[in-house]
Amino acid sequence: MMRPSSALLVGVVKLLVGAYARWIGTAPGPAQRIYFANHTSHMDTLAIWSSLPRGLRAHTRPIAARDYWGTGLRKYIATRGFGAVLIDRARENAGVDPLEPLRVALRQGDSLIIFPEGTRGSTALPARFRSGLFRLATEFPAVELIPVYLDTLHRSLPKGALLPVPVVCTVRFGAPVVLAGGESKETFLDRARQAVVALADPNSNPGAAS
Amino acid sequence: MIDHLRTISVEFFWLFGALVVLLGVASGVAALLSRRPANEKQAVSRVNLTERINAWWVMVGILAVAFLTGPTMTLILFALASFFALREFITLTPSRPGDRLPLSLAFFLVLPLQFVLIGTARYGVFSIFIPVYAFLLLPSIAALRSDIDDFLSRSAKQQWGLMVTVYCLSHAPALLMLEIPGQAGRSALLLFYLLLVVQMSDVMQYVFGKLFGRTKIAPVVSPSKTVEGFVGGGLAATAIGSAMYWITPFTWVESAAISAVIVLMGFLGGLTLSAVKRSLGAKDWGVMIEGHGGMLDRTDSICFAAPVFFHIVRFFYT
Repeated sequence: MMRPSSALLVGVVKLLVGAYARWIGTAPGPAQRIYFANHTSHMDTLAIWSSLPRGLRAHTRPIAARDYWGTGLRKYIATRGFGAVLIDRARENAGVDPLEPLRVALRQGDSLIIFPEGTRGSTALPARFRSGLFRLATEFPAVELIPVYLDTLHRSLPKGALLPVPVVCTVRFGAPVVLAGGESKETFLDRARQAVVALADPNSNPGAAS
Repeated sequence: MIDHLRTISVEFFWLFGALVVLLGVASGVAALLSRRPANEKQAVSRVNLTERINAWWVMVGILAVAFLTGPTMTLILFALASFFALREFITLTPSRPGDRLPLSLAFFLVLPLQFVLIGTARYGVFSIFIPVYAFLLLPSIAALRSDIDDFLSRSAKQQWGLMVTVYCLSHAPALLMLEIPGQAGRSALLLFYLLLVVQMSDVMQYVFGKLFGRTKIAPVVSPSKTVEGFVGGGLAATAIGSAMYWITPFTWVESAAISAVIVLMGFLGGLTLSAVKRSLGAKDWGVMIEGHGGMLDRTDSICFAAPVFFHIVRFFYT
């Protein structure tokens, strides 16, 4: 049973941008996962989350920056609407690892939605990935890492825009990226980024991302 | 709402009843067909058939609710259809950052206002709002952003999208606002008539095309449109339309002529929007409706037929 606030949120997102899922390299399923995507818009989180089958949403938690989503109405939407995990990008408390809330959620068995660039970019293709994804991959080898590409949200609600433009967004899910034994951080992060980039081609086929 | 129910004529319930029976038969046939063994190609077209029928059920259901709850609901429903169609159009149309504000205004101001104006039934206002005022003001806002790359082509495409998906489509619910002497409470039947003829024409052209289609009309634009499909399907839809004259203010001869015009405009709508779609590099407008592509794939013929049908009724029967 979905909470009314979640249902309303999903309805609004679908009305504005559609958020149609394309399972290209993997199928939706109950396996514990970290979805990692390109980040161009405040709507990214909501679009990925809304595109998931209803049954998976309750256990899939987007990571949201506390400095944006942590107060007022946004906090209500983030925590009550889509069960976000709030993290400190600014590292206000020195000594506390910002990844800690993610580990807690993963240990609970939840899946996560993260944006390894760390911040929104102005182009659809992602910038260099930061190291968090590598650290989580090392610490939680059993969790599947699924690359995700959002194709049009930089047109709908880019950085700095106030009003959204309704443009249909497809959410493409690629094949899991597996951390190879002894693989260096740089190689892995680059490969993970390439897996997202490969999904940008609308004709990308199964396996292309692996 | 109860008051509104009293104003709906009895024919209306008969018509919906008949449609439900027809669709029931279609679903039954499709279910029987799917049990028989088939090769891959047949199986694909059977799935396609079932999906089309299911989408029809949904369309008829939504229409029934809209008609039963009154003109306001019908206007809201068509406004939503316009919204989704415009969303598909803009998705396929390249835009630049300078287009953001005019595009937001097109969706959140121009579109709702057009349907509100239709609701006020002031023809002199709603018939010029988008072709004149949106046409002049939206590009002006874009020009203020000082981005001249492809400026004319961007503005032209946006105006084209608004004209087809909002302005033209809004003429379908505008039929509800016409006051025809001696036809009080029956304007919903005119909308029903338009939708029926347009949809029957689409379906019959599809069927005749599948059965007898040989000579392609415009292979590059729309590979599925054939002379045989158009003539056979068009005649069948015109026959159905003229047989339905009793729900309209037309005689049966007039009804045949008007149906033929609807069929022709619907055909041109499908053809032209297919050309637009392909020039934008797509095969379907979208994926909203299972088995039917996007909203604009379903409403392309209505977009072209609605204004012409509206004008015929308004000029000759009110």
